Formats: sequence, structure tokens, C-alpha cells
Amino acid sequence: MTTMTVPDVAVPRPASSLPWLRHSMSLAGRSVKKMVRHPEQFFDVTLQPVLFLIIFVYVLGGAIAGSTQDYLQFVLPGILIQTVLFSTVAIGVNLNTDIKEGVFDRFRSLPIPRSAPLVGATIAECLRYALTIGVTMIAGFVMGFRTGTSPLRVAAAMLLVLFFAWCMCWIAIWLGMIMREAGSVQGIGFLALFPLTFGSSMFASADTMPGWLQAWVKINPVTHLTDAMRGLLTGGPVAQDAFIALGTSALILAVFAPLAVRAYRTKA
Amino acid sequence: MVDMTNYAIHAEGLTKHYGATKALDGIDLSVPEGSVLGVLGPNGAGKTTAVRILATLLRPDSGRATVAGHDVTKDPTAVRRSIGLTGQYASVDEQLSGRENLELFARLLDFTRPDARARATDLLEQFGLTEAADRRAGTYSGGMRRRLDLAASLVGRPSVIFLDEPTTGLDPSKRDDVWNMVRLLTSEGTTVLLTTQYLEEADALADAITVIDLGKVIAHGTASELKQIVGGRSLQVRPENVRDVADIRAVLSRITGRTVGEPTRGLLTAPIEDEQQFTNVVVDLASRGIPVTEISLSLPSLDEVFFTLTGQKATTEPVKEPVS
Repeated sequence: MTTMTVPDVAVPRPASSLPWLRHSMSLAGRSVKKMVRHPEQFFDVTLQPVLFLIIFVYVLGGAIAGSTQDYLQFVLPGILIQTVLFSTVAIGVNLNTDIKEGVFDRFRSLPIPRSAPLVGATIAECLRYALTIGVTMIAGFVMGFRTGTSPLRVAAAMLLVLFFAWCMCWIAIWLGMIMREAGSVQGIGFLALFPLTFGSSMFASADTMPGWLQAWVKINPVTHLTDAMRGLLTGGPVAQDAFIALGTSALILAVFAPLAVRAYRTKA
Repeated sequence: MVDMTNYAIHAEGLTKHYGATKALDGIDLSVPEGSVLGVLGPNGAGKTTAVRILATLLRPDSGRATVAGHDVTKDPTAVRRSIGLTGQYASVDEQLSGRENLELFARLLDFTRPDARARATDLLEQFGLTEAADRRAGTYSGGMRRRLDLAASLVGRPSVIFLDEPTTGLDPSKRDDVWNMVRLLTSEGTTVLLTTQYLEEADALADAITVIDLGKVIAHGTASELKQIVGGRSLQVRPENVRDVADIRAVLSRITGRTVGEPTRGLLTAPIEDEQQFTNVVVDLASRGIPVTEISLSLPSLDEVFFTLTGQKATTEPVKEPVS
């Protein structure tokens, strides 16, 4: 046995006051690299909105709204939200499998905040959402969608849906942490998203719906998000719906982010 | 009381239950700074659970432990700053290259970007991975993966390293690579806690060995102390000339008072009771002018020690221990 001194732990420490953010960004970089290396996972987020737009506008649009062009103006914000919300499930599925691999135990053994690997993954995820939003908007423009407001309002619409999706993805992460199998995360996620998306003002005005459904549509936060997005993209009142959508997002984040982090910490 | 400051790892009465299963049933461990402790035990003995507790991945149900002077439950962040962990579970991201992995861990250990790059380059060089640096870790061979895992646990220049079955599943030549790297670490003063199912590995690397079984410490000591438990040392002589075999057998028989059999692979073996008999044989052979090429006193193998202690045959086939 040697009696030599232990090498000193002279690890350089930059004087950043936000190590949490820096660690999260480093881990986001990891997730982005993995995404770029598996471009097939972009198929759903890029092709799906285009397919949905075509189906809803050209197949159903005429029947619902009388003209495909009118329906495009009406449904695009809805398709945008729907695709982004459905793509929030992916992070739960991915983390459920990711966490079973060895690298997460190494993350746990590093002196970084416990939430950093999760926050990092969500930051990377926002890039996917942004891509989805971009593709949907471009497809919409090609098909003839026109915004009726200022670029600033359009940008606000993008940020609003991005923030809503970012908050929602914490539900998926939480499910990913408590579910045994990745498949069940996807199943439950999609099951929950159907009433949230279709049971809203996304695809049709609630006027023709039965009373009980109207009641749900009115309290569904996705309805308020949709109405706020319509206001920001094509004109109309925004403030109240946007306020409700932001409030719901914050509430979801406040409840599910701590739940997700706690589930992650206790998942040995 | 033992002076705690001299121990890089010190654990008292660690217990951990999984439902009705007792994974750890009151484990005590202590590793002096700069030394290597081998934790030896069969599958399911609790080795991995003990390491996970010491590396702050699990909280013990009871008991206390300090690593590098920090309490594992009260100050896990300080512990995490001092340790490196390599094992069946704490590995690397297979979809990133070797370099990307090391740079990521360096960044997470608060290295600046240029420092992280430099540290990764150094480690890749040190572990012979420079050529494979930019390939995905998933494409590495078993030996390269193990070296990358080891490099990853050294990024922050930890003072304490946990190696959980570092050579399980490696072929013997790759195993020697890993052993040499562990020796290099200890020569630099790093404290190492190594778990293994291979008695040979504990014998080759560890300053002290703790044998655990069913969540309990059943023996602790140096390899030779453990071998003493079993007793039964033997004296081995290799004659230089075949014609001397009969004379040497006669000498051995007379001094040890036992019958000495035919040589196996040119080696004559006789059981002995004490060192004096060894000296007597040497002196006797020398006075008769009988030349020998080898004369040695051998302790029983750790396999036999293990068998005596646990009442079961030590694992010779690598079997993956379930994580947690």
C-alpha cells in the first residue's frame, strides 16, 4: 500500500452563477446530438402535420366549412397544437428506455442537480416542437393559409404553443418515470390526448355539439389555447384565452415537474 | 475507536431491504486512503447494493457511511465530487462517440469547454482510445468499452473510485489491460473499492479483501490472512535433474513426516505445518548439494478460502448480477 497523497481535486470551476442551467444545457446538447443521429424520429413530427392538414382540409374541409380554403384558415392553428401536443408523448417514451441504460446512473453519480438530465432533455425536445411548428406553418402557407395579424403576434402564437407543449411534456416524463414499459407510456399518453385535442374547438365550433360535450369543450384548456392561437394568427380576441392557456400551462408545470423529478430521483 | 480521517471509505452497519429481501444485513467496510479493497462475494451477495449506497445512488435503510470524509446521506453532492464510478450500470452513452462522452462528463463536472476538450484528449490517449475517439461508443469492442467506462469515471480526477465487477465478461488479455490500469491508478494514490466474483482478481489487485455473502461480511483481511484461515500450506520443489527426484522425495518425507507423491509437471509437493520445515528442507538440500530450479511455499488458492467461508463453490463462470 502506498502512502502517497491523494491527487487534489483541482477541477476548474467557472464562476457561473447558474450551474443548473449550464448542466442542463450540456445535457440538452447530448439529446440534440442523439436526435440528429436518428433523423427517422423526425418523420412523425414533420410528416404527420402535413398529412393531417391534407386530410382535414381537402377531405373534410369542404363538408365542414363549405370551402377548403375557409376551413384551412380555421383548422391550421388546431392542427399545429394537435401535432405538437402528440409529439410531447415521445419524451416520456424515450426517457423510459433511456433511463434503463447505464449512462443515467453515471449522471446520478455526478455532482449535478438531480433535475438537470430531465430539464436538459426537455430543452432539446423544444427543438423538435419548433421544427413541427415550422413544418406545419410552411405546409399551411403552401396550401394557402395566410396570417391576418402582425409578425409579432405570429411569433407570440408560436411561443405560446411551445410553452404549453413544454409544460405538457412534464406529464409525459412523469408517466415515463412511473410506468414499467415504454409502450404503456405511449398508450396512456395518446389516450389522454384524444379528449384533450378532439374535444376542443380545434376542428369544429362547439355550437353543433351536444350539451355535455359543449360543457367539456368550454373548460378544456386546449380550447382556450386554440382560441388564443386563432386570435394571434388570424385575428380576433386573445387576452382572456391566452391568460387561461398560460395559467393552465404554469399549473401543469408546477404539479408535474416536481412529480417527474421526484419519480426520477427515487427510480433506483 | 478507529480514527476515521485515515479512511477514504468507512461504512458501519449498512442495511438495505427490497421488500422482504434483505440485500444488505449490516455491512461494515473500511478502506484506508490510497489502498485497494476487494469486495468479494457470489451473485446476490449484496456487492452492487453496497457500492450503489456508497456512490450515493441508493439510500441505506440504516447505518452510516462516509466517503472521502463526507457523509453519503447528509452530503451526497460532496461525495459525488470526490468519486468515480464504473460498473455494469454506470456506463456511457452508446450513441455518442468516446470523445463526446468524456467531454460531456467533463462539462458536467464544471470544466470549461477548452478544459473539457483537453481532459478528454488526455484520457483517450491514456486509455489507448485516440483512434476510436470519434466513433460511437456502441461500436466499441468489450475491452474498449471497459476502458472508456474507466476513463469516464476518472474525468474529475476523483480521489475514490468504485469499480463494480470491472472485468466481468472480458477475456483474459483484456482483463490484464484493466488490471494494469487499476494498478496505475493506485500508484497515483487513488483509493479503489473493487467488487468482483473473481478470487484471482481480488488476489491480484487488492491490499485487503472483504468477503460478503447474503448481505453480511463473513471475513476480512489480506489475501494471505484469508488463506491462513484455511491453512494447509504446501512446499513445492522443482528438481534440476530428474535423477534427483528420489533423493528429494526422501528429504521431504523425512522433514515433513508425510508421504510425498510422484512429481506433477516436474514439481514435488509436500504439505507443511510451519516455516521451520521450509528452512530445514532448504538447508538439507543445500548440504547434500542437490540442485533445484525452484523451491516455494504456497498458500491455498482463494477459491478454497471462499469455499471454506461460504460453503459454496466460487463462481468461475461470469454471471451478470442483477442491478439493485
